[in-house]
Amino acid sequence: MTTLDERATTWLTVCRLEDLPRERGVAALVPDEVDAAPVLTQVALFRLLDDTVLAVQHHDPFSDAHVLARGIVGTRRVDDQDVPTVASPMHKQVFDLRTGTCLDPAGKQPVAGRSPDLRTWPVQVVDGDVRLAVAGGAA
Amino acid sequence: MDPRHLVVVGGGMVAQRLVEALRDRDTDGTWRVTVLAEEPRRPYDRVALTSFFAGRSPEDLALGDPALWDDPLVTLVRGDKAVAVDRAARVVRAESGRTFAYDHLVLATGSYAWVPPMEGADLDGVFVYRTLDDVAALRGYVTTLAEERTVRGVVLGGGLLGLEAAGALDALGARPTVLQVDTHLMSAQVDLGGGEALRRLVNRLGIGVRTQSMTTRVLPHRRGGVGRVELADGTKLDADVVVVAAGVRPRDELGRESGLAVGPRGGVVVDDTCLTDDPHVSAVGEVACIQGACLGLVAPGYTMAEVTVDRLLGGAAVFGGADTATKLKLAGVDVASFGDAFARTPGALEVVWADPVGGVYKKLVMSDDARTLLGGVLVGDASAYASLRPMVGRELPGDPAAFLLPEGGAGAPDLELPDDASVCSCNNVSAGAIRHAVAEDGCHDLGAVKSCTRAGTSCGSCLPLVKKLMATELGKLGVTVSSALCEHFTLSRAQLYDAVRVAGLRTFTEVVERFGTHGRGCDICRPAVASILATTAPAHVLDGERATLQDTNDHVMANLQKDGSYSVVPRMAGGEVTPEGLIAVGEVARDFGLYTKITGGQRVDMFGARIDQLPLIWRRLVDAGFESGHAYGKSLRTVKSCVGSTWCRFGVQDSVALAVMLELRYRGLRSPHKIKLGVSGCARECAEARGKDVGIIATDKGWNVYVGGNGGFTPRHAKLLAEDLDTETLVRTIDRFLLYYVRTADRLQRTAPWIEDVEGGLEGVRAVVMDDSLGICEDLDEQMARHVADYEDEWRATLDDPEKLKRFASFVNAPDVPDPSLAYVPERGQVRPATADERAVLVAGTTLEVRS
Repeated sequence: MTTLDERATTWLTVCRLEDLPRERGVAALVPDEVDAAPVLTQVALFRLLDDTVLAVQHHDPFSDAHVLARGIVGTRRVDDQDVPTVASPMHKQVFDLRTGTCLDPAGKQPVAGRSPDLRTWPVQVVDGDVRLAVAGGAA
Repeated sequence: MDPRHLVVVGGGMVAQRLVEALRDRDTDGTWRVTVLAEEPRRPYDRVALTSFFAGRSPEDLALGDPALWDDPLVTLVRGDKAVAVDRAARVVRAESGRTFAYDHLVLATGSYAWVPPMEGADLDGVFVYRTLDDVAALRGYVTTLAEERTVRGVVLGGGLLGLEAAGALDALGARPTVLQVDTHLMSAQVDLGGGEALRRLVNRLGIGVRTQSMTTRVLPHRRGGVGRVELADGTKLDADVVVVAAGVRPRDELGRESGLAVGPRGGVVVDDTCLTDDPHVSAVGEVACIQGACLGLVAPGYTMAEVTVDRLLGGAAVFGGADTATKLKLAGVDVASFGDAFARTPGALEVVWADPVGGVYKKLVMSDDARTLLGGVLVGDASAYASLRPMVGRELPGDPAAFLLPEGGAGAPDLELPDDASVCSCNNVSAGAIRHAVAEDGCHDLGAVKSCTRAGTSCGSCLPLVKKLMATELGKLGVTVSSALCEHFTLSRAQLYDAVRVAGLRTFTEVVERFGTHGRGCDICRPAVASILATTAPAHVLDGERATLQDTNDHVMANLQKDGSYSVVPRMAGGEVTPEGLIAVGEVARDFGLYTKITGGQRVDMFGARIDQLPLIWRRLVDAGFESGHAYGKSLRTVKSCVGSTWCRFGVQDSVALAVMLELRYRGLRSPHKIKLGVSGCARECAEARGKDVGIIATDKGWNVYVGGNGGFTPRHAKLLAEDLDTETLVRTIDRFLLYYVRTADRLQRTAPWIEDVEGGLEGVRAVVMDDSLGICEDLDEQMARHVADYEDEWRATLDDPEKLKRFASFVNAPDVPDPSLAYVPERGQVRPATADERAVLVAGTTLEVRS
């Protein structure tokens, strides 16, 4: 799995906050690096009721399809706290949107070689611009 | 060590159970097993053979998990009959000449239908009723003949099988008469009084009965085939088809020829461990003569299979005795017999309750002190069968008569079953095993209990009892069966529906603030609230906050497929479509590179559409006059119809016109689960309406309406709600039925389980929708009128609204770039999603050029 490191982080403006409907997700295509090679990665962006924006991978590790932005957004009580979640539209696995942790594998295993947990991206909203921290230089 | 070789001769239900039990228990793989089956197919549910007439296919009769036959330790040899056993060499020879050496041999050859000696038994049109091929041949013969003339059928034999055969003939439109040699029907199971009540019930179905009638000759028709039968008293009866159901005889020829002991009335003699006099040969099921008799029922056969497997694995199981309880599977006739039904125990007392007008006869056989239940016969109303049968040999609490009176009478005391009482006799599951599954194994719903214990998975007659045991046990555990929707709502869906409706709420935020516990909902309660609001405060699925509640299917108004693409289904009401419409659909599919398939609901499904293509596809479809088919919604799907009296030679009513009218009336009606309707123009039932939530079948006086049918995981036939309705009454009845269901069903509960759960069952539903017992019908009628008046096509409304169309962008920062992960490959002239391996090497887009 690729993780962000010290070398190059770029804040990429992906869209305007008003492009994101509340309590739903949208997909975005962002530059990324896999094994030092530049690629485009599909990211799922979610705008919560309080206008927080969170980003996780759009790829569903359980169904191997790029669909997570189309899941239902909600909350789940974990340790007396309401955690923002998305449920995969394919087979209803539930993920913590802040950490990417899979909270409920719904009795299934991820496809071979995939972690059940999701990759996340740091997000900023600056003057109504939604910006994502992406690896490598901006495209 | 190489596994030892078990050879099973015979591929019936008992053989299947034996292999299943062996593979289940022999975890070390000490045995491999070869099954020699004479029939060209896998073992199937012979008990359910009659349902084959109700339109079920051979596949529907499949038994158990088909993966059993893919087990490397299991070999099924189909269509090859075993013809000889060399016990000295331990080899079985098959008809093909192949030989199979065995370490242990099990004879499970079953029995054959016995045809009494009579002239003409070999004529065309004389059938037995034993295998799928028999039944299929009978069906074909009657259907072909019915095109020429009214078919009259005669069934020789008034036992269990004979009555089922008569029911089957009746279902095929042949007018059947049952000829019974004995004094009354089902004489092996019920007494004279029960037989008389049974005759009246059977007559009511249009089936004739003659008792004390011995058939001596079958006479040919002048145009070939059967024409008449002649009875011993000289009477001649017209008969175009004759079904012989005079009993079965064990197929013990392999045992006889190889020198094994055979019982006085046939059958290979075995001891209580199912072993023959050769320690390397067992016999199980109907071919085995155990404790002096051959048993023609599946439950003891299953027990024998389990005993044999236990012994093969070194266990010490013995056959304890047969439960010969039976229940007749004939629509509209409820008959059960169990225990000592004929009061043969010395001093036995009979408690009888009969209602000749209602066609009900019930008898309990009690011990001489009137306390211990010995057996019983239930005709016309066998609802007490499931709870009484396990009580055989035990004391009944209170007055036995209380168990015979109709419901709503004095009321029978609740039966507390002892742990060792057998609840499911097909699979030999005790009350204790069910309690254990609930209390120790954490099975807290019916599905879990069924898959854990196998109770109720064969004939299903014990399910009401299993459910009751489970509920009682859960109550004892202090586990209240929570009806809470999810962690966000403590109310059930039905309670929430009422709360939302009465409070007049319109948004999710209002609902969750007023009735929720905490948080912002989840994938369970959000779609449930969306569905509730859709009928209490109708609005477009994507209006405001509603859009955040929808599953992806409702959110983009298409059906999500495994690769993340969608399928698109335009409405073709009643399955009717113009040539221009078909051409338009074809052109759209071709232009967007979609895979097309005809659905079971009589319309066209187009697969492989990307989310960003959906509005483009629907622009074309709406312009061609199509509208959303709601294939994606928990809502009305389709109203399937046959072609009806407009074209069909047999149709008595215009089924297509009614289907179109109903589909347009209920289109878009959001409900707890999908709803399907069917309309057949005559009793031949070509629309398979009884497999639908609401099925309508034309009669010459109007329409019969059936409710609660479905296919799927647990197929059910719809049950009769009302007969001979005129169209106006019919529509009003369906209006009320659907809305009563929408209001009170659980989330994702289809109509069949809802009818089981709802107050009063089917009778209760009938009272509400026909007699307005709850006084809500005016309200329901008004709600449906509003639904019909407010309907708008969701797709047209979406295309007219740029805000809504924004939701279909593939990527927010690249709205026109297709999802690069989608890839398709050609197959049979169309496309299919690439497999993971294929995708790794493919770079192609979605609109592959496909040429055949």
